[in-house]
Amino acid sequence: MADPSAAAATHHGPIHDSTGVPRRDLLQLITAAGAAIGAGAIAWPLIDSMNPSKDVLALSSVEVDLTPIVEGQGIVVSWQGKPIFVRHRTAVEIKEAQDVKLNELIEPQPDTARVKPGHDQWIILIGICTHLGCIPLGNKPSDPRGDWGGWFCPCHGSQYDTSGRVRHGPAPANLPLPPYAFESDTKIKVG
Amino acid sequence: MAGLTKSEFANPVINWIDTRLPIFTMMQKEYAVFPTPKNFNYFWNFGALATVNLAIMIITGIFLAMNYQPNADLAFSSVQHIMRDVNYGWLLRYVHQNGASMFFIVTYIHIFRGLYYGSYKTPRELLWMLGVVILLLMMATAFMGYVLPWGQMSYWGATVITNLFSAFPIVGPKIVTLLWGGFSVDNPTLNRFFALHYLLPFVLVGVIFLHIAALHVTGSNNPLGIDVKSPQDTLPFHPYYTAKDSIGVCVFLIVFSVLVFFAPNYLGDANNFIPANPLQTPADIVPEWYFLPYYAILRSVPNKLLGVCMMFGSLLVMFVLPWLDTSPVRSARFRPIYRQLIWVWVVAVIVLGICGAHKPEGIWVVLSRICTLYYFLHYLVILPVLGKLERPLPLPESISRPVLGARGGGPLPGGAPAKPMEKA
Repeated sequence: MADPSAAAATHHGPIHDSTGVPRRDLLQLITAAGAAIGAGAIAWPLIDSMNPSKDVLALSSVEVDLTPIVEGQGIVVSWQGKPIFVRHRTAVEIKEAQDVKLNELIEPQPDTARVKPGHDQWIILIGICTHLGCIPLGNKPSDPRGDWGGWFCPCHGSQYDTSGRVRHGPAPANLPLPPYAFESDTKIKVG
Repeated sequence: MAGLTKSEFANPVINWIDTRLPIFTMMQKEYAVFPTPKNFNYFWNFGALATVNLAIMIITGIFLAMNYQPNADLAFSSVQHIMRDVNYGWLLRYVHQNGASMFFIVTYIHIFRGLYYGSYKTPRELLWMLGVVILLLMMATAFMGYVLPWGQMSYWGATVITNLFSAFPIVGPKIVTLLWGGFSVDNPTLNRFFALHYLLPFVLVGVIFLHIAALHVTGSNNPLGIDVKSPQDTLPFHPYYTAKDSIGVCVFLIVFSVLVFFAPNYLGDANNFIPANPLQTPADIVPEWYFLPYYAILRSVPNKLLGVCMMFGSLLVMFVLPWLDTSPVRSARFRPIYRQLIWVWVVAVIVLGICGAHKPEGIWVVLSRICTLYYFLHYLVILPVLGKLERPLPLPESISRPVLGARGGGPLPGGAPAKPMEKA
């Protein structure tokens, strides 16, 4: 009633305001939009409660002492519930990793991009096969390491080289690198 | 084709589904065009509010269950984990915790509506009895839910309530051991209470479905308590009562939000912030507010078995209420004496609730005994006798023509029930 355009609309049919939008359509759109925003605001806390909780996020870093790992051997540590491969590479393995031609690789990446400068002997990887999430074998020297001397995934036969790069499918990508830093020559902090 | 429904929906997808599974036709019939008495007041909102409340409880409960550990060693700390670590866990828990109180507020008003306007009378007896089943299921669910945080009051509440069954001769102690799954309230008890607390709300959904199905057979009662006589007495449910219910839902959510955001622990008990200790009982055991009247009835009787029987009896008597109340007039509006006595009954229940919150000594024992006596007197003596003695006011001829002062619709002989309704 307060709106003069409503009083002016004496003709039959939908009441229009000055923009020509039928008033009822506008009201319905505003109502529906309000309801949608409300539903979203209610849904978000429910959905977000399924995201990692604060205590899970607090477990975001782990320190690894490298001294007990002898050349040619690798270990697995757990970081955020994921296996982290820490491998002490031999001189031969480093050379193999560095000498490979990039165009032979499925996902071309030089070895230097996968280790920290000055720490060529340490390769640190997230040990989850990029195919379907199994943990590849190859940390222990007695494990099958595949044709490229790195890791071999027992699930579907993917093979990785000594730099953790995929060399044989079905895995589509190299083993990913976790965020980490050398705190000293014998200690790293993952995460 | 035989067996297929003839659907009137224009949308081809809806039409295709509706022809094979006429859920759209059913919704249209039961919730859109459903003829509803046109004189509802806001008391008729509370069934819808209770349904909304149940939905809120189930949804928040499912997400809480994703983070809760039903283990005696972990339960208390997992609730703290929900409160502190889980994203919006505090919100989920406070909504769920206070949602229980809101559920009982809404349901108790819903029940009062039924008592005041005689909604339990023929032909709605079964509808009413299903409602009593819903109340009992709600109470069981709320009780077991209260045990889950595994605080002191959870633990000792569980101990006291389960021990009620020990009052029964011979089999009593065996029943209690069976309920506990051991020789005290312990991990097995917590596990089964969690399983049942998750299950019962879905049983509730089923019984509520029957409650609503029965309602849609008899049609709703109304503030005048007389039958619908013609289409002029009704309105389609949508948009008239969907709109009215929406207003009620908004007010309900405002009250709910005030409780959740400004006084989330107002209705709780400080003792439940202490982890359960099987070797020490808190100084005074008090149930949640919605159980206080029953608790007072239990304590008002000095005999163990009799007290338990009176407490359960105070609920079970509601099953036979349709036959205890002998008056054929539904609405208290036309029952001058009942209209006052129902309020005496309400006061008695509230006083019982207050008694239940106090230690059973001195005046509180006397008060709770008087009120317990009145509670049963109301059901077992007043209602059967009053129906015979009371002279009801003249009933209006129809919902559309309410009594207007002295010119009214004319008295019906002896407060006889209205003619069988001729539904549209």
